[in-house]
Amino acid sequence: MSRHTLSVLVEDKPGVLTRVASLFARRAFNINSLAVGPTEVAGISRMTVVVDADGELIEQVTKQLNKLINVIKIVELTPESSVQRDHILVKVRADAATRLQVTQAADLFRASVVDVSTDSVVIEATGTPEKLAALLSVLEPFGIREIVQSGTLAVGRGSRSMSDRALRSA
Amino acid sequence: MSKGSPISPSLMAAKSAGAPKAPEKVDRPADAVVDNAATLSPVLGPNNVVPPTVMTGSEAIVRSLEELGVDDIFGLPGGAILPTYDPLMASKMNHVLVRHEQGAGHAAQGYAMVTGRVGVCIATSGPGATNLVTAIMDAHMDSVPLVAITGQVSASVIGTDAFQEADIVGITMPITKHSFLVTDPNDIPHVMAEAFYLASTGRPGPVLVDIAKNAQQGTMTFSWPPKIDLPGYRPVVRGHNKQVREAARLIAAASKPVLYVGGGVVKAHASAELRELAELTGAPVVTTLMARGAFPDSHPQHVGMPGMHGTVSAVTALQQSDLLITLGARFDDRVTGVLSTFAPHAKIIHADIDPAEISKNRTADVPIVGSVKEIIPELSEAVRAAFEQSGTPDLDSWWAFLNNLRDTYPLGWTEPEDGLSAPQRVIERIGALTGPEGIYVAGVGQHQMWAAQFIKYERPHAWLNSGGAGTMGYAVPAAMGAKVGEPDRVVWAIDGDGCFQMTNQELATCAINKIPIKVAIINNSSLGMVRQWQTLFYEGRYSNTDLNTGHDTVRIPDFVKLADAYGCAAFRCERDEDIDATIQKALEINDRPVVIDFVVSPNSMVWPMVPSGVSNDQIQVARNMTPEWEEED
Repeated sequence: MSRHTLSVLVEDKPGVLTRVASLFARRAFNINSLAVGPTEVAGISRMTVVVDADGELIEQVTKQLNKLINVIKIVELTPESSVQRDHILVKVRADAATRLQVTQAADLFRASVVDVSTDSVVIEATGTPEKLAALLSVLEPFGIREIVQSGTLAVGRGSRSMSDRALRSA
Repeated sequence: MSKGSPISPSLMAAKSAGAPKAPEKVDRPADAVVDNAATLSPVLGPNNVVPPTVMTGSEAIVRSLEELGVDDIFGLPGGAILPTYDPLMASKMNHVLVRHEQGAGHAAQGYAMVTGRVGVCIATSGPGATNLVTAIMDAHMDSVPLVAITGQVSASVIGTDAFQEADIVGITMPITKHSFLVTDPNDIPHVMAEAFYLASTGRPGPVLVDIAKNAQQGTMTFSWPPKIDLPGYRPVVRGHNKQVREAARLIAAASKPVLYVGGGVVKAHASAELRELAELTGAPVVTTLMARGAFPDSHPQHVGMPGMHGTVSAVTALQQSDLLITLGARFDDRVTGVLSTFAPHAKIIHADIDPAEISKNRTADVPIVGSVKEIIPELSEAVRAAFEQSGTPDLDSWWAFLNNLRDTYPLGWTEPEDGLSAPQRVIERIGALTGPEGIYVAGVGQHQMWAAQFIKYERPHAWLNSGGAGTMGYAVPAAMGAKVGEPDRVVWAIDGDGCFQMTNQELATCAINKIPIKVAIINNSSLGMVRQWQTLFYEGRYSNTDLNTGHDTVRIPDFVKLADAYGCAAFRCERDEDIDATIQKALEINDRPVVIDFVVSPNSMVWPMVPSGVSNDQIQVARNMTPEWEEED
């Protein structure tokens, strides 16, 4: 099985996330991550869905997604042709003795400290899943208290806009 | 807004990442021709212009249905839909009051199947809506254009577990083509128009419109036609030229082609086009359970129904074929048997209006997305050109092989040893005495398979059954709906004693509304198909399949008394010599429904049969009897 990143333009209508999620559940497709948010066009949302599937299955996934009436357009974004980022917030144990080491580790990953208390810091980082995994493994010895991570966000490289073309053809 | 809804953690379960795949085009095909409003308005009905008029949401629902050209509705009122039933009383539309909402759903399906128009059913919120669920699922599996309108509690109390509140949009999400929840009366006209457009175009299917009580009671400004705004819905109708030419090239090169015809050909009203293509290619035709009648049974190129209970000639034609020309069919497991062993030598041309069906179960060599109504004539033209170029293929040895199978393994039955009538004979006689202009509606089980096998279908829209869903209880209400849609045709419900007991309350609806259907209960006193499997695969241990309705039992219920109580003409037929006379009597009664209790043997089985979990090559013509295959190279 390989990992595929699908960018899905949907109408911003009630229930659209449920429709997408229940389609995945019902057809036994595997969602690795999902991120939803508004776009530059009012009334249109964009979902970034990361799916684990082989070639024939990913074709079936996109065909089934396309059947949803609220789905306007689907594009698969390959790692080569797109920028893909995850966002993470990590709460790490850090007292006076270890705080400097923790913040230095964060600096190495160009992550920033966004909250400090007497015995912990919260670190914010953005990057590929691999980079974030590396950050976590460096922070792990200090004691990770909490992790909260976004789904992958992805956008195609170059000047073309997915929603632009979708709305013109609609 | 749904974005805040929680996602099931199980959906988020991460799986290890594999190697990245090569870029793949997942966009809709750019070269596909899209069905748009270039020729016709997507708003169904005559598109009368109605200037802005103030009315209630309820009046807008009724007015929208009228403007959409609806003549008949099946439903049952209740609290949350009550406001809409008031203006409905004054409408010229015919509302048939059913006795159970499931009956309304199946009736709307039967109506849609025989007329090709959208079937409409109405129910109230909560249990009224959930009683429609089986029919909605049935329509989804068999691609039946259906609009289900349900009342919903007022928007102000949605989410509070109000009386008769059910999240019917959520419940039906996986079994509808689309669904709407309306809380603002101003949305009613465009939502109704969109629902009808979605239900009837592309791959047809059920659409749910759930309307909150406050939207029915509020006032709004009605105007017609409304604007349809469905930016994500663009069904492809015309086939892609290059693919059609490639398909024609394969047909010209094939020596064992088969036209594998599914229900899509019936839905698309493409029987005439199919016949032209069939006669042009000279290829054998198989018609699936959903496609019985799409091609005349009497046509010499028809080799039967494929699948678990298909004819030896049809099943073997597919198994031995070198090219399946698949038209509006979906490689259902009941047709393919074990998928990996299905038609192992065949290349696949697959034409379907739903791109998701193509290469879902069997990878297509030549996929053609579009309506078979458009594709088949395009294909005929391309085949004609291909034959002119490379000659008409010689199918003589293919036909010699298939004709030999047809002659050696015709459909038939053995007489029961218990002296009771053979159910197959009863069904065969109903078909023979009624003729091909009748409409035959089956329930689910043995009688359904016999009705598919032993009635001769010569025209489309004459055979209705619950194919994908396998809904016991479909027959009586669906026959009722069919009779409302086609009042001048004889409509038979061919039902089992088990199925009949699930939905026979609609006999009251039929009797009171003068919908004179004819019901043949093929009474083998048991859940016959389950019993057949128990006979074959569970050493004859008949766990919970005896219904005690037949010969030598307590006969509870007595179907003749039951039908009489419902105001129907009622007969019992227990002997072979009475079969024809009883059917004739039924055919002569047209002022009320007729119910015949045909008491038949419980030991008759459906043959041929491909047992579950084996290759279609293992087809049995009778118990443990597999045809002797000639060596094929």
